Amino acid sequence: MALNMLERQKSELETGDIALEVKNVSKSFDGKKVVKDVSVGVRKGSITSFIGPNGAGKSTLISMMSRLMGHDSGEVLIEGKPIKSYKSDELAKKVSILKQANNINIRLTVRELVSFGRFPHSRNRLSKADWGFVENAIDYMELRDMQDKYLDQLSGGQKQRAFIAMVLAQDTDYIILDEPLNNLDMKHSVSIMKTLRKLCDDLGKTILIVVHDINFASCYSDDIIAMKDGELAAQGHCHEIINPTTLKKIYDMDIGIEEVNCNKICVYFT
Amino acid sequence: MKIKYLVPALILLSIISLFVGVQDLSIWNIHNFTEEQWETLLISRLPRLLAIIIVGVSLSVAGLIMQQLTQNKFVSPTTAGTLDWARLGILVAIIVFAGASTMERLFVAFLFALGGTFLFMRILERIRYKNVIFVPLVGLMLGSVVNAVTTFFAYQYDLIQSLNSWMQGSFSLVLRGNFEILYIGIPLVIIAFIFANRFTVAGMGRDFSQSLGLNYKQIMNIGLLIVAVITAAVVVTIGSIPFLGLIIPNIVSIMRGDNLRNSLPHTALFGAIFLLICDILGRVLIYPYEIPIGLMVGVIGSALFLFLLLRRKSYAT
Repeated sequence: MALNMLERQKSELETGDIALEVKNVSKSFDGKKVVKDVSVGVRKGSITSFIGPNGAGKSTLISMMSRLMGHDSGEVLIEGKPIKSYKSDELAKKVSILKQANNINIRLTVRELVSFGRFPHSRNRLSKADWGFVENAIDYMELRDMQDKYLDQLSGGQKQRAFIAMVLAQDTDYIILDEPLNNLDMKHSVSIMKTLRKLCDDLGKTILIVVHDINFASCYSDDIIAMKDGELAAQGHCHEIINPTTLKKIYDMDIGIEEVNCNKICVYFT
Repeated sequence: MKIKYLVPALILLSIISLFVGVQDLSIWNIHNFTEEQWETLLISRLPRLLAIIIVGVSLSVAGLIMQQLTQNKFVSPTTAGTLDWARLGILVAIIVFAGASTMERLFVAFLFALGGTFLFMRILERIRYKNVIFVPLVGLMLGSVVNAVTTFFAYQYDLIQSLNSWMQGSFSLVLRGNFEILYIGIPLVIIAFIFANRFTVAGMGRDFSQSLGLNYKQIMNIGLLIVAVITAAVVVTIGSIPFLGLIIPNIVSIMRGDNLRNSLPHTALFGAIFLLICDILGRVLIYPYEIPIGLMVGVIGSALFLFLLLRRKSYAT
């Protein structure tokens, strides 16, 4: 009985509790260690940005956190339970991941693609409620006027928005996005970050995102996890990380910081 | 391309197919057929029609599944070497199990087709450079190697001629009693329909499949099993009909996309219609002789395919 209570408490995490966790995780490819003994935690109901130079191991780390990749050693925990203890269809209702998907060449319309976000919930025929999620996701990402176009007729940015809409339709508590701003112009980058903020604040989603533009990380995330050469370089609240000393350690660059409208903006162009 | 046009077209062509041939059977005369005419109809014409429809449907569906699973529009039982493996299987059956029944030949051919297709998929997993053209090239090369082995042993055992007859797909020898193995394709096509959504998800690739909770490996295996059995059944009974599984799914994909739920019924129907047209033309053009069905499919299919490709530039790249 007491054990039962304990377990229930464990799975009903409060906002702010550590919900996604990796402990001492390592991964190598062809004998080369890409992620070295990394331990990080992600708080529920927050946006966590993964930053760092190219080849730092960010993508590998989030791939392991989302089951796309196994880990060599260490532990990956989702709400306190090892990721391996979840059934894959169960996990698909909890965690969704969008990798960089430039090479996909299946001919689906935007609407069809988004509707496959409901696949974990209803494998064969979508219910009315499912279609509700699909419609919402299409409106959320402003895809209404191109919903019947095929993916191969869209620009890179439009495609990217369609994939994000699919992830939204999947309606998982945890959303992991690997460089979602790739291929996007400024307007759509900002609108996607705003959407993610809204998802987090209004619906309590937990969002993990790999971003290259450090100012997007600074302006929109709660926490930042910085990687360098496969190791954890820094981890903490956004305002703890965005300072010249820490950034110098991560990027080997002198980065000035200006405050604009209460946002810290990194200036690294000159 | 709508179902409501495809179904009547299929029925009309089926009727034409029944009443075209060397022996004169006229549909207007059906009420006073002689016994011999009825026999021709039931023993030869009807089985031929059934065989064409089943082969058209199942090979097209097999091609579609393969293209979906490999995420490549140019892969089919022909370009992936599945056909060549099945042929090698038949040769092995003839040599090793002399006097093997059709069923036994089918089984050996099936094993070879399955093994060969799995080998192809394993090679695909290993190559990093997954160019659209490179992938089918690997399949074609693999197929050629297998073919060389087949020819070598066929030559050794003086079986070149009977092997050539396997190679040349033909419906002219279909009679009641020798084509029924093809029925195995019907349940497989039904399974393909049931799994349509899963095949579509698998067509988005491994990462998407896993994110959506699809058991990718399992679907891969089911798909390959369907392809191998269908290919083997067709090769054993009819012989090889190259490129049918390549052309039909591509034509349908251009018009209806890759959501199998939408395109599978059309692929199946269009495959049957297309093969029927090719067969009827092949029978009529140099009447009373026949043009081999493989030739007809190749000529008409590639012309049609080229036409569609040139009209839509961004396709399949």
